[in-house]
Amino acid sequence: MTTQLVRAAEPVRTPARTPRTPRRTSPWTPWLYLLPALAVLGGLLVYPVYQLGLISFLEYTQAQVGGGEPTSFQGLGNYTALFADPQFRQVLLATVLFAAACVVTTLAVGCSLAVLLTRVRALPRLLLMLAALGAWATPAVTGSTVWVFLFDPDFGPVNRLLGLGDFSWTYGRYSAFALVLLEVVWCSFPFVMVTVYAGIRAIPSELLEAAALDGASQWRIWRSVTAPVLRPVLVVVTIQSIIWDFKLFTQIYVMTNGGGIAGQNLVLNVYAYQKAFASSQYGLGSAIGVVMLLILLAVTLVYLRLLRRQGEEL
Amino acid sequence: MTPSRTFRIRRPVRPARPGRLAAEAVTLLVAAAVAFPLYWMLLSALKPAGEIQSTRPRPWTLSPSLDSFRRVFEQQDFGRYFVNSLIVAGTVVLASALIAFLAATAVTRFRFRFRTTLLVMFLIAQMVPVEALAIPLFFLMRDAGLLNTLGSLVLPHLAFSLPFAIWMLRGFVKAVPEALEEQARVDGASRSRFLWQILFPLVLPGLVATSVFSFISTWNDFLFAKSFLISDTSQSTLPMALLVFFKPDENDWGGIMAGSTVMTVPVLVFFVLVQRRLVSGLGGAVKD
Repeated sequence: MTTQLVRAAEPVRTPARTPRTPRRTSPWTPWLYLLPALAVLGGLLVYPVYQLGLISFLEYTQAQVGGGEPTSFQGLGNYTALFADPQFRQVLLATVLFAAACVVTTLAVGCSLAVLLTRVRALPRLLLMLAALGAWATPAVTGSTVWVFLFDPDFGPVNRLLGLGDFSWTYGRYSAFALVLLEVVWCSFPFVMVTVYAGIRAIPSELLEAAALDGASQWRIWRSVTAPVLRPVLVVVTIQSIIWDFKLFTQIYVMTNGGGIAGQNLVLNVYAYQKAFASSQYGLGSAIGVVMLLILLAVTLVYLRLLRRQGEEL
Repeated sequence: MTPSRTFRIRRPVRPARPGRLAAEAVTLLVAAAVAFPLYWMLLSALKPAGEIQSTRPRPWTLSPSLDSFRRVFEQQDFGRYFVNSLIVAGTVVLASALIAFLAATAVTRFRFRFRTTLLVMFLIAQMVPVEALAIPLFFLMRDAGLLNTLGSLVLPHLAFSLPFAIWMLRGFVKAVPEALEEQARVDGASRSRFLWQILFPLVLPGLVATSVFSFISTWNDFLFAKSFLISDTSQSTLPMALLVFFKPDENDWGGIMAGSTVMTVPVLVFFVLVQRRLVSGLGGAVKD
């Protein structure tokens, strides 16, 4: 039925037609359609963000939650306490560095494999695509448990294969971060690979062939032809990766058992959770949340500017 | 959309060069490495207990058994948690698809004040770290009396999957020619009839692709389940149940791998079913 309608509709389109025809309905119709979404987002996103900001200015611990003590306004007290805390500064630094390492590795792996995919025949491509889809679809929790098992000092195949004996990956700070990084790259490179591959396929092949005829090297073609054309796609995957990797929670929590030995593998998200729910310091936890929110907001604004500069119409 | 669309070679097949064979060998190696963790998960779930606790793990098993699965389902009431997870994810997927469809229609088919502002807000909302909101949401759920119920998982996930769903559906709704709407109007179809009987079926593939994301993020949820379902374990979801097996030093790896398999398979199936739409949908989301 619908296809018939599409065909029937074709001849109606005339050059003179204005893009927006006057409508019978009231100007409130779009708002009516938006109502459920706005209600849900207002109640469960905007209001909690407001609450988060509010709690971050209060002294809010178990005593206040239970009603034993009145909540008191702290001003920026929680924030000054946070930034005076050497552990917080260390966690912040670790989060930024770890996220950066994850993003760079994910992008490098995803882009190289996307290029590789364009150079092979259909069957190998299909196999890699399927494997990547499997990794992509794996829930973070199960991905984490499986990778911990793979690197288990006693029963894991990796140590055996590499002849590492009973080396414990989660014991040392850097080896634990490295293990989490591997898992994160494993489950997030497919998004980059598939998106960039789709982007490369959209480049007219004449362009690449012309460059090849001119004697350009593979690296040169990538840098001077492919990368510039792919810029919008690369911006999207980079920003998405930054956002995902910056708010990592499950992998760190599961793989390093809540932040590693003596909190050596804590990242901001896990730290906020530990502060709030393990030690009932809701005010401090919220302040950490606000710091994260502001950093991600900054990233988002950069993203929006980049999109705007590319002439994206919203 | 033909089944082969994603993987079809568009360029004519060039004569084989030594470089391509090497590239194909690398591709196959990478594919094997990427698939290996999933293979190992399934293999370990099927290995009998003695083989898993072996310090000389072998990449195959000669006597597969379902003992680990049995143990997981008997000890942990895994069946119930599976159903809980399905209820939560299913509700979020259906509700967010409907709500996002209406909202995406509003922002693509109408011009009104604050339209661009709203779109930017949806984009920003996508970036809000879900986990940071666990604290205020915890108090919100407590005040609403929803702690320890599945509702406390459905509502936040609905809110978190909506912005992305709306943003992604925009592309799909935009792709439906406007002439169609005019034609429907000329033919005397009411607006709601056009919306549900013409636009909705046409956007359905996009809805399915979008749903994968809401499904996965809800299915994976670990933090909210951990924070909101404190005392009533009958309301637990799969990730929580899985971590009961996950203890430092005395891990029941067979159980963990069986539980992980149970949790991964539905997502894998869902993913494989919609992967074509997913890829083309992402392309659309990127280009728009």
